[in-house]
Amino acid sequence: MVTYWVSLLAISILLYVLLDGFDLGIGILFGLTRNEARRHAMWGAVAPIWDGNETWLVVTAVILWGAFPAVYAMLMSAFYLPLVVMLSALILRGVAFEFRYKAERMRWIWDFSFFGGSLVATFVQGMTVGALVEGLPITSGQYTGGDFGWFSPFAVLCGVGLCFGYTLLGACWLIRKCDGVVKAAAYRQVPYLSIGLLVFLIAVFSFALAENLQIMHRWIERPYLLFFPAIAALAAIVLAISVERHRDGLPFYMVALIFLSAFGTLAISFWPYMIPYVITVEEAAAPHSSLAFMFWGEGLFVYPLMLIYTVISYRVFRGKVRATPMH
Amino acid sequence: MDSAALFLSRIQFAFTISFHIIFPAFSIGLAAWLTVLEALHLRTGRSAYRVLFDFWLKIFGVAFGMGVVSGIVMAFQLGMNWSVLSRMSGPIQGPLLSYETFTAFMLEATFFGVLIFGRPRVPPWFYLFSTAMVALGTTFSAFWIMVNNSWMQAPVGYVVEKGIFVPNDWTAINFSPVVWVRFPHMLLAAYLTGAFCVAATGAWYLLRGRFMAEAKIMLRMGLCLAALLMPIQLFIGHLAGDYVHDRQPEKFAAIEGRWHDEQPASEVLVAIPDEASASNKYAISIPVLGSLIGSMSFDSKEVGLTSFPRQDWPPVLIPFFTFRIMVGCGLIMLALAFIGSYLSLTRRIGRYRLFLWATFLSFPLPFIATWTGWFTAEVGRQPWAVYGLLRTADAMTPLLTAEAAVISLVIFAIVYTFIFSFGIFYIYRLMRTGLVRPMVTPASAAVPNRPLSLAGEDARLLAEAGE
Ligand code: HDD
Ligand code: HEM
Ligand code: HEM
Repeated sequence: MVTYWVSLLAISILLYVLLDGFDLGIGILFGLTRNEARRHAMWGAVAPIWDGNETWLVVTAVILWGAFPAVYAMLMSAFYLPLVVMLSALILRGVAFEFRYKAERMRWIWDFSFFGGSLVATFVQGMTVGALVEGLPITSGQYTGGDFGWFSPFAVLCGVGLCFGYTLLGACWLIRKCDGVVKAAAYRQVPYLSIGLLVFLIAVFSFALAENLQIMHRWIERPYLLFFPAIAALAAIVLAISVERHRDGLPFYMVALIFLSAFGTLAISFWPYMIPYVITVEEAAAPHSSLAFMFWGEGLFVYPLMLIYTVISYRVFRGKVRATPMH
Repeated sequence: MDSAALFLSRIQFAFTISFHIIFPAFSIGLAAWLTVLEALHLRTGRSAYRVLFDFWLKIFGVAFGMGVVSGIVMAFQLGMNWSVLSRMSGPIQGPLLSYETFTAFMLEATFFGVLIFGRPRVPPWFYLFSTAMVALGTTFSAFWIMVNNSWMQAPVGYVVEKGIFVPNDWTAINFSPVVWVRFPHMLLAAYLTGAFCVAATGAWYLLRGRFMAEAKIMLRMGLCLAALLMPIQLFIGHLAGDYVHDRQPEKFAAIEGRWHDEQPASEVLVAIPDEASASNKYAISIPVLGSLIGSMSFDSKEVGLTSFPRQDWPPVLIPFFTFRIMVGCGLIMLALAFIGSYLSLTRRIGRYRLFLWATFLSFPLPFIATWTGWFTAEVGRQPWAVYGLLRTADAMTPLLTAEAAVISLVIFAIVYTFIFSFGIFYIYRLMRTGLVRPMVTPASAAVPNRPLSLAGEDARLLAEAGE
């Protein structure tokens, strides 16, 4: 039962990162161009599906609450201020979808809130993961770090890294969904973003070596973890080739694969801990009666249905965004 | 624990959820109304229904968007400010909220996209299906939230183990009689909200002499629906009062403004309750009615607040007044709905401008009733977060500092005020622009970047704005 819910949690986080990742990334790219036609196409590539993407964040939060209440309580209160900032950013960028085309003279506000909200939300997400990897100040089950206990150079580094990662994902989605200038621009951006991401990964790695983070020991103890970086390297090569040859469909999946392997590396190096080296999955799990109630209804039936909805919405809005995109 | 942080957290929770509830209250009703319109259009083929649908869909879009983003805050805030509560009751509240997300939010989010963007891409039956799914999603959402909140109001089906609430009877939790009174009460509140907003819009257009045919449809459908639902709402409201009487006697005493045990009890209609002296000033009360309302008898003994330990008293002033405001709003709405349905069924509604004004001005009433209802329920539950089990003061995140709480409150206040002002402004502008009949705008004027269904209207909007 516990394993089942950890797996669903992992799948949900991964789906969130991949789906909202590209749509936050497009938000960042959106801010990098002034050209209205390009902005329009970018908008069209995400507008019909962003709400569903973001719902995976809520799914993650409530699985955490229902199945691992202790972890939910601890993480939410530890990351109090970052979460306030992230939620505000998500609010501002979310309403932009409804407001942009209702605005006349004030459109720049929503353009800015779409870009700024996407950037800030991404940064905070990266930072929280970084802080988790580094380890939170927790004593006897209580977060004791104070208002800024999560802050560290490493966390900031991870925040910046994720901005590159999501933007890369966004650019690859644009390659998939768009044509013409937008696609051409995205093809031009991919190499820079990939290099940015690579530099970041190297930085994280050397930082970890220098700081002797606990997670590094894990990698030395568990050499099979190297399997994931190997996949990532392979994906990076295919990515380079597919960008070179202009195979529109491929790059997105390759970057997704890179994310998947990064996620897998993290997850397996944490295992069996849920908050690294403080609470294990077993310790965090809700009582059996809660897990069973969730399992027999939403776990077995509704979760697959949610996946089906997601597929439906991507099918309805499949294909390239037309030259005259929609809103 | 920091008492300033506690106070700020309570303000913040009340503020953010009061903000959130406006939009669900509106969009639950509106989603159902859109489904009806789309179904009527498919059946009868009358273009008026389609015109109305397109008009309300745009307003729905704005309201729904704000509901979604403010809801996401709610899902995190329980852990951020109330981490003890979310750890202790997590095994019960967590699964309930996860059911809400799984069954409702995904459904809504997916089909909302289809609703706004998908008309040209899907067959008509699938479009109708999507509308219905959004409506169903909003209803599920209300259901799970009410189960969740009702558990906090009247905890059942749990045992306490190692300091956490472990569920041992999910049937008791989901089918608690409290849920099955409060869920219908909330759902009807949402439908009434939708009905009055639709009717008020109709009245406004009639007053300004625009879109007469559609305005009359809106008035008639809105008011007749309200006339049907309002009496049921009063009855269910009474049942809600019954549950409070039986399970939360302190709250009941506060609502009634009853300080001392009485037999037979009187009913205070208006007064200014004074906690310091435990008495009412300027009270107008009716003898015996209190026993009748509380226990359906002429001589029952009704409990007053002074029979409870002082530290278990809820604040009296807020529940006392908010309850009366809710009931007052309900009675005005009932009167409007009855008169209006009579007038519109006898086809005289256009002639009574005064009545049209009253209907137009009534649109805030259901919102006020919803708010004040929640304030009655939630403030009346104090000092408990989980009634009788966990005090609000103990439910808070232990190490939350007042600084962090101030920062978050200020940020949320700024962000919410900002998006709310714009949201209201855009809704107002959509309303002012009004309905668009398909033949009004020549197709060539359509702006190419909009879906066909919205193109005509947008062209007009742009023309008006001089773009
Ligand atoms: C998930 C459960 C839940 C739901 C559905 C609601 N609330 Fe609530 N409410 C709480 C759970 C809660 C809480 C977390 O339990 C609070 C915070 C502190 C407390 O004692 O209760 C609370 C407090 C609280 C307060 C402050 C009371 C006080 O501190 O004096 C107000 C005014 C409201 N709520 C209003 C609302 C409104 C307008 C709602 C309608 C949408 C609503 N609540 C739904
Ligand atoms: C603590 C209480 C609450 C929490 C945690 C909460 C959580 C949420 C979340 C996360 C969303 C966004 C869903 C998405 O991503 O699509 C949302 C939207 C929604 N919520 Fe709430 N909510 C709360 C209270 C309520 C109440 C009291 C109601 C009504 C009875 C309600 C009804 C809805 C509806 C209908 C939506 C869909 C959006 C809309 O219609 O505007 N919620 N809520
Ligand atoms: C006029 C007769 C009415 C009566 C006697 C009545 C009674 C009540 C009572 C006793 C409560 C508190 C329940 C609790 O503490 O948990 C309540 C809550 C509430 N009421 Fe009413 N009500 C009436 C009309 C209305 C109307 C017209 C609306 C809205 C259109 C409304 C909306 C609400 C809401 C949203 C709540 C909070 C949710 C809940 O606790 O169920 N009520 N009502």
